Amino acid sequence: MSNLLPLIQNETLKIWKKKRFFVILLILAILIPIFTYAQMRMAENNKDKFADWRSQIIQQIADYQNALTSDRIPEEWKKYRRIMVQQLTYYLENDVDPSAPNAVTFTRGFMNNAVTLFIPLLVLSIGSDLISGERSSGTIKMLLTRPVRRWKILFAKLVALIFYISLTIISTLILCYAISGIFFGYGGWNLPVFTGFVINGAEVDSSGVHAVPHWLYIMMQAGLAWFSAVIVGLLSMMVSVLVRSTAASIVTMMATIIAGTILSNMASAWDTAKYIFSVNLQLTGYLDGSPPPIEGMTMLFSIGVLGVWGLIALIISFGVFTKQDILN
Amino acid sequence: MTTEGYRTDSGAAAVLSVEGLRKRIKGKWIIHDVSFDVRPGEIFGFLGPNGSGKTTTIRMLVDLIKPTAGKVMIGGYNVQKQPEQALRHVGCIVENPEVYPYMSGWENLEHFARMQPGIGEERIREVVEIVGMDQRIHDKVKTYSLGMRQRLGIAQALLARPELLILDEPTNGLDPKGIKELREFVRMLAAEGMSLFISSHLLSEIQLMCDRVAIINGGRVLAVGTVNELIDENASYVLWQVDQREQAVALLSKLGEVTLLEQGDHGIDDAVMTALPDAIVTTITPGAIPGIVQKLVSSGIGIEAVQKVSPTLEELFLKLTEGEGIV
Repeated sequence: MSNLLPLIQNETLKIWKKKRFFVILLILAILIPIFTYAQMRMAENNKDKFADWRSQIIQQIADYQNALTSDRIPEEWKKYRRIMVQQLTYYLENDVDPSAPNAVTFTRGFMNNAVTLFIPLLVLSIGSDLISGERSSGTIKMLLTRPVRRWKILFAKLVALIFYISLTIISTLILCYAISGIFFGYGGWNLPVFTGFVINGAEVDSSGVHAVPHWLYIMMQAGLAWFSAVIVGLLSMMVSVLVRSTAASIVTMMATIIAGTILSNMASAWDTAKYIFSVNLQLTGYLDGSPPPIEGMTMLFSIGVLGVWGLIALIISFGVFTKQDILN
Repeated sequence: MTTEGYRTDSGAAAVLSVEGLRKRIKGKWIIHDVSFDVRPGEIFGFLGPNGSGKTTTIRMLVDLIKPTAGKVMIGGYNVQKQPEQALRHVGCIVENPEVYPYMSGWENLEHFARMQPGIGEERIREVVEIVGMDQRIHDKVKTYSLGMRQRLGIAQALLARPELLILDEPTNGLDPKGIKELREFVRMLAAEGMSLFISSHLLSEIQLMCDRVAIINGGRVLAVGTVNELIDENASYVLWQVDQREQAVALLSKLGEVTLLEQGDHGIDDAVMTALPDAIVTTITPGAIPGIVQKLVSSGIGIEAVQKVSPTLEELFLKLTEGEGIV
């Protein structure tokens, strides 16, 4: 029967011609300089105040410890600070600057912050339009009356979506590095960064900690961010199959993602919230040893939860799309 | 697996054969019972008012909606079970000709050509020429007028050299010139051996374009037959314009094959009646007109005009349902 490759070519071409990806690039090209500028101001500020990065870290540790003695700070927050103190001490003892200002550390920091909200939003701009876009324009009638099985059409769309998600992650990295390098210099690829912190309650187990060069760290980060983004993509495709309008589809997905971010920031005592997909999106946090949003979450746990969500989204998408009546 | 066409009563293999189609949506029956056959090379009309189930039926023909019961066979293949084989030789436009506005006409055709093997650039050029769009084919579709989108839609439908072309309300939104062109175009395609399935809510349009017709109302097919049987003969009026109206009325009322109709008894459009002042409205047994004309003339009554006028669609439905007792 008809080959899948031309179908994938069609879907990729349509997203391209719709200029969705150009919008993503434009957003990145506007926002990254803004963040770079903010980062630069911060670095200048610190340079004025501190002789070198060591005294800056010592000051930071002192601040955290002060906060720990205060009665007004809730216990969950104290836990987070105790972990931070231990990590910073580790960096200090090993004489490694955790935030040396250069294009590579900036890229690392940006990816880390972008993975829960910013990259998912970019993914939604493509994923939420996948099926609803064809429905609202009516072109789905042309598409589905051709002698091609429906699962093949959805599969082609899925491949195109994953292709653009990958492209989004790569462009984010490249633009981040290229733009911030103008201000911070392009070095830093081989500076070490520590990974492998294991968090047990309020204690950091540093027995598994090892230094990796920044380039490797960023590769790992990009891989994890890609996985999070693909899961968001699969879920947005499912919503796009179920909901007729693109706007409704974007709003639904945005609401769940933002809800997840809020829940993670509440240092939740609600244990079962860890099964919500959007609470698990910050996979990169496990690399640098930030405390997880809910106690007991590990990288494998989060990958597993996201994987199950993705699988369910796929089953529902294909199950519904191949059977549903096209009435509008 | 048989590739041979489904056999109809007449013995010719039907291109499209619909049997006992039923559809329930949200607990409500939208289509009660639809059956008909479309034969090779004929222009088949699908006539019904808005909301009668035309579009729902068409969507079931092309696998956009799954029927609750019944089956659709195209070229011998069951559309629901083997959509890839059945739809290979079908071109269709469901409701409006919807194409991707952010691509050019040519890119749209390329897109749909890629969905089926064996359609090359040569064929795309051919269909562009058939619909006469060579001038604007590389412009973005969002700059096209409705008529041009219609042509592009037809070009897309013709890409795979279909044996059956399904057009849903094709004259909607076209100006009189466009409608005339479309009519000629449809005839040309039929002359080349293609079968066409055309839906409409306009009686006159079906009369002008089609060979056979199925009439649908309230989700039921009321009748299937040639346009002549169903519309021209069964339900048309004969209007007389004469120089001595009283004498003519007196004479006509005596004849057995003539039924005289008063104002209000017939369903002829007011606009038609205004154009024919003082016309005598009658219904006449088929084939009796020449005899009646002779009688009028020999009685010294001068005949200015005799013409057949079609009833409105509503009245046709009424006539068709009266006999069968379905309301």
